Amino acid sequence: MSTHDEERIKDLLQQALPPVDAEPVPERDLWPAVFRRLNTQAVAQPRSRWVWFDWALAAGLALVAVAFPASIPLLLYYL
Amino acid sequence: MSSWPNGVLVQMLDPLDKFRQGDVDAFEELFRLHQRAVYGWILRIVRNPTAAEDLTVETFWRIYKAHARFEVARGFEPWARRIATRAALDWLRARRPESELTEEMMAKQTTGRSADPGVTAEIRSKTAQAFARLPPTLRVAAILSVIEEQSHKEVAEALGISVTAVKLRVFRALRILRKDLERQGIKP
Repeated sequence: MSTHDEERIKDLLQQALPPVDAEPVPERDLWPAVFRRLNTQAVAQPRSRWVWFDWALAAGLALVAVAFPASIPLLLYYL
Repeated sequence: MSSWPNGVLVQMLDPLDKFRQGDVDAFEELFRLHQRAVYGWILRIVRNPTAAEDLTVETFWRIYKAHARFEVARGFEPWARRIATRAALDWLRARRPESELTEEMMAKQTTGRSADPGVTAEIRSKTAQAFARLPPTLRVAAILSVIEEQSHKEVAEALGISVTAVKLRVFRALRILRKDLERQGIKP
């Protein structure tokens, strides 16, 4: 692609999609939405602490307890 | 051309430290200071005011979530811009290209400020549609460099890539665009 072609495409593009105004302003105050999002996240946080590893560990222990019931006292001892 | 006013960093030293500790009041202060710039940056990429507002909220939420990773010495503005660019890119990737050109946008485009009488509304419309079909990563590089005339350095920082990679993306975007237009019978 020659420099002339490149300039022509750029020019066409600038006409098809004019630049945004210098300082666009949001139509509403966005802070309440951000704050709401932060609070939602803060409330939901304790649940997210149960990561997959915790669940896998719990499932593994349950499986051991079912397969080898005699190990239950030992597991309880170490809990 | 920077969207952020000079001297902001100096005024913000204390809130920046507090924000890093997770202080919500300091975060609100930073939000008030930078929301316009972040909104403007996102609007330049997505060109949809409603989506830009939602993405500004998303960006500041991501910023707050990552507060512990923020490095005061590197400044808030470039960091915010990078997160905003990533959020805008995610939004572009999740959308069908054709749905990005709303009637309102097309109307605005056809009444664009420096319309060349030799370029018809149909050509402008086809160019905009061809541009919307480009891969989002190329589109963002081209929109910021060519349309918004941001420096390659600023675009590179926002995208987290090198200046050479930005130039390459812009070149590829223009080449694909030219081929697409030629297929439609438009000889640029």
